[in-house]
Amino acid sequence: MTLDTRSTAEVVNAVLAKYQNDSSMLVGILQDIQAELNYLPREALEMTAEVLSIPLSRVYSVATFFKAFSLKPRGRHGIHVCMGTACHVRGAEKVLDRFQTELCACAGETTPDMKFTLETVNCVGACALGPVVVVDGEYEGQVTAEKVKSIIEGCK
Amino acid sequence: MVVEKSGKRLNSASELELLREEIKRSASARTRTVTICCGTGCLAYGGAKVAQAFRDEIINRGLASEVEIKTTGCHGFCERGPLVVIRPENILYQRVKPADVPQVIDETVNGGKVIDRLLYTIPGTKQKVTYEHDVPFYKKQMRLVFGANGYIDPTVIEDYIGCGGYAALSKTLFEMTPDEVVDEVKKSGLRGRGGGGFATGAKWQSTREAHGDPKYVICNCDEGDPGAFMDRSLMEGNPHAIIEGMVIAAYAIGAHLGYIYIRNEYPVAVKHAEKAIAQAEAMGLLGENILGSGFSFSVKINRGGGAFVCGESTALMASVEGRVGEPRAKYIHTSEKGLWDQPTVLNNVETLANVPLIINRGAQWYSSIGTANSKGTKIFSLVGKVNNTGLIEVPMGITLEEIVYGIGGGIPKNKKFKAIQTGGPSGGCLPASKLDMPVDFDELTRAGSMMGSGAMIVMDEDNCMVDIARYFLSFLEGESCGKCVPCREGLKRMRQILDRIISGQGQPDDIELLENLSETLTWGALCGLGGGAANPIMSTLRYFREEYEAHIIEKRCPAGVCKPLISYNIINEKCPNCTLCIKACPAGAITGQGKKLPVILDQVKCTKCGACYDVCRLGAVEVR
Ligand SMILES: Cc1cc2nc3c(=O)[nH]c(=O)nc-3n(C[C@H](O)[C@H](O)[C@H](O)COP(=O)(O)O)c2cc1C
Ligand code: SF4
Ligand code: SF4
Ligand code: SF4
Ligand code: FES
Ligand code: FES
Repeated sequence: MTLDTRSTAEVVNAVLAKYQNDSSMLVGILQDIQAELNYLPREALEMTAEVLSIPLSRVYSVATFFKAFSLKPRGRHGIHVCMGTACHVRGAEKVLDRFQTELCACAGETTPDMKFTLETVNCVGACALGPVVVVDGEYEGQVTAEKVKSIIEGCK
Repeated sequence: MVVEKSGKRLNSASELELLREEIKRSASARTRTVTICCGTGCLAYGGAKVAQAFRDEIINRGLASEVEIKTTGCHGFCERGPLVVIRPENILYQRVKPADVPQVIDETVNGGKVIDRLLYTIPGTKQKVTYEHDVPFYKKQMRLVFGANGYIDPTVIEDYIGCGGYAALSKTLFEMTPDEVVDEVKKSGLRGRGGGGFATGAKWQSTREAHGDPKYVICNCDEGDPGAFMDRSLMEGNPHAIIEGMVIAAYAIGAHLGYIYIRNEYPVAVKHAEKAIAQAEAMGLLGENILGSGFSFSVKINRGGGAFVCGESTALMASVEGRVGEPRAKYIHTSEKGLWDQPTVLNNVETLANVPLIINRGAQWYSSIGTANSKGTKIFSLVGKVNNTGLIEVPMGITLEEIVYGIGGGIPKNKKFKAIQTGGPSGGCLPASKLDMPVDFDELTRAGSMMGSGAMIVMDEDNCMVDIARYFLSFLEGESCGKCVPCREGLKRMRQILDRIISGQGQPDDIELLENLSETLTWGALCGLGGGAANPIMSTLRYFREEYEAHIIEKRCPAGVCKPLISYNIINEKCPNCTLCIKACPAGAITGQGKKLPVILDQVKCTKCGACYDVCRLGAVEVR
C-alpha cells in the first residue's frame, strides 16, 4: 500500500510537481492527494498552500466545500450508497438503513476498527441498476436490504 | 497496432479522407464484428469478463484475423446487460455470461445460427427478437447522437474516423467561415441540452462578438442531476464527438483553449476523455495547426468535486479557476465575462455532440426533426419503476406515453403508473393525465416541469409524492452553497415543514406556507439552484394535492412510505406460515406460532424496515 511506503510530504510533492504547481488545478491536486492518502491530512493542506503560495484558508475552503473530500482518516473499505432520485424511488433508503444497522455507523462515519467508511452519494450514473451501492469502486446493482449482509461479508 | 497508426499526423483534409478510406477497407476485410457493451451498467453485470472470454476464444481458435472483438460504451438498454451484438447482422444477445461465449462463436459467429436462449423476449407476447433494430426498446428511438456508441471503441480514434468522425471539423475549417458556422447552428434551432434550453447559436454569436482575448470553450460534463447519466455515457462511449463539437465551437468564436469539466465520480469518462485528447492531438485533429488549417485549439480536463451547484455556469468557472464553486450574480453574462473574466462559451456534453451532425447534414435537415421550437432529438435516462430502464434518444415531440409504455415497456409487477419526474431537482412530477403530452422544452415548462438534463424517473403507486418532494428539498438543502438567504434558509424551512407533515404533525396552513416560501425562493434566489428548487414542491402540490391533505388531515400516507404514519401487519388468512419473513426481519419482530398458525408481528419491536413486505411472495404482509 502506498500508505505505508510513501510519506505525506512525498505524496504531496509528487502531486504538486505533476501539476507544475498550478494553483488553478487546486481541486484536481487535492483529489490526487486524497486518492493516495485516503484523506486530506492537515499537513498535506499546509504544504499545498505553502508550495502554491496561496492562503491556507483558500485550500481549506475548497477542501471543505466539496463533499468528496475528507479531512478525517477513512476506513479500508469505502461503501457508497447511492441516494440519487432513481435509486431513491427504488428503495435506496431501506438499503442505507440496513447498512447503518449492520455496521453500527451512520452515513459519513467510519467504524471504530477502521474497516468501513459508510457514505452516501447523489447518483453515480448507473441509475438503470438502482438501487446502486459502490463498494471499493465496484458497482453493485439492484441491491436490496437482504443483500447488505453479504456485501459487508464480501469485504475482506 | 492501433497505437502506431494513431501516431501519424494528418496535415490536410485529404489526408483525413485517405485515412478514412483505409480504415473502412481494413474493417471490411473482417467478416464479423462482435461488440460487447462495457458501459457502467453492463460492467456491473460482468461485461468485462464476457469481453475477455471473447478475446480468449478468438485467439484460441485462430480467428483473430477474421473476427473483430470490440468493447464499446453504453448501448442504452442497460436493463438487459451485458449486451453483445454480432455485426453486420446486428444479432442482439442479452444477459450474456462468459460461459455462453464458446457457443456464440461456434454457432453464430462461425455458423450464422441464432441462439434462441440468449435473445431478448418481449415480456407480454413472449416473442423472441433476433435483431437489435427490432427490439421495441430501440425501434421507436431515433439514435442520431447516441447510436454511434454501439459501433465504436471509444479508446480507438480510428473507429470514430471510420464512422465519419472529424469530417464536420474538416468541413468547418476548410469550407466555412466562423460566421457561417454560427449561422448554421443558429438556423438548425439547436437549444442547449444542459437544462435551460438556451439557443446555442445565439450564445456562440454573443461570445464571438464579445470583446476580449483569449476566449474559452468549456464543456460541462458535471452532470450533477441525480438520475441522469447520458452525459457520462456519451463521454465514456464517444468522447471524440464531443471534442469535435468543441473544436468547431472554438473555431466559431475564436478560442484557442478549452476545458472539459468532468465530475471525479466518473473515472471512466475522465480516462476516455484524456485518451481521446491525446489521440486527437497526435493526429493533428487538436492542438497546433489543426489539419494544417492554421487554426489551433487545445483542450484540458478539469475534474469537478461532485457538488451539484458546480454545474451552474458561474460556479463551474469559479471551480475551474481553482476556487470554491459558488455562483455569482449574472448582471454580466459569461459569454462576455466568463472564465478569468474572459468571453466564454459553456455548453453541455450533448449539445456539443449534436454540432458535428448539424455541420455534416445541414441545418435544414436538422431542423426538420422535432417540434416548432425544440429541434432535433433528446437523450433521456429512463429509470425508476419502468420495465426497460436505460438511455433512450427520441425526437422532440414524442409523447410521454410513447416513452413510458412504447419504449419503456410499462410499469413492472403490474403496478399502476403514478408519476414521471422530469428535469431533476429543478423539474417536476407529472401525473397520468399528462401522459399524452408531447415532450419538448416549452411543453414541459408549461406543465410545471422542465427538460433539465433529461432525467425521467418513473414512479408507481408505491411512491409517495410528499416523500419525493421532501427528497428533492433535502437534496437541494445539502447542495445549496449557502451564499444567499432565500435559498439557504428557505430550503431548510421548507424541508422542516415537510418533515413535520411526514411525521404526522402537519398543520392545516402548511400548504399555504409552502406556497409562500416557494414564491420567495423562485424570485429571490441568486442562481438556478434556489430559483428552480420550488418546482418539485409546486408540481406535486398542483397534481397530487390530495396526497398532502391525506398526510396533514388524516395523518395517513396513502402510498405506505412515510414511516411515522404506517405500520406493517400480517393478514392471517393469506399467510401459510412459510417463515420467509421471520428470517428477513432484522428486529426479531416476527415470531412463528408452531406449525400451521400464522406468524405474528410485534409492533413495538418493528423498525418499519419493510423487509417482511419485500420478501413475502403471497402478499400476506400489508402496509397501513
Ligand atoms: C444548479 C445548477 C446545476 C447545473 N448542472 C448542470 C450540469 O450538471 N450539466 C450541464 O450541462 N448544465 C448544468 N446546468 C446548466 C448550466 O449552468 C448551463 O446552463 C449549461 O451547461 C449550458 O450549456 P447548454 O447551453 O449547452 O445547455 C446547471 C445549472 C444550475 C443552475
Ligand atoms: S440560490 Fe442557493 S446555490 Fe444559488 S447562489 Fe444562492 S445559496 Fe447558492
Ligand atoms: S418491517 Fe422490518 S422490522 Fe418490522 S416486522 Fe417487517 S421486517 Fe421486521
Ligand atoms: S413471508 Fe408472508 S406468507 Fe411467509 S410467513 Fe411471512 S407473512 Fe406469511
Ligand atoms: S440515482 Fe443512483 S445511480 Fe443514479
Ligand atoms: S451499459 Fe451496456 S447498455 Fe448501458
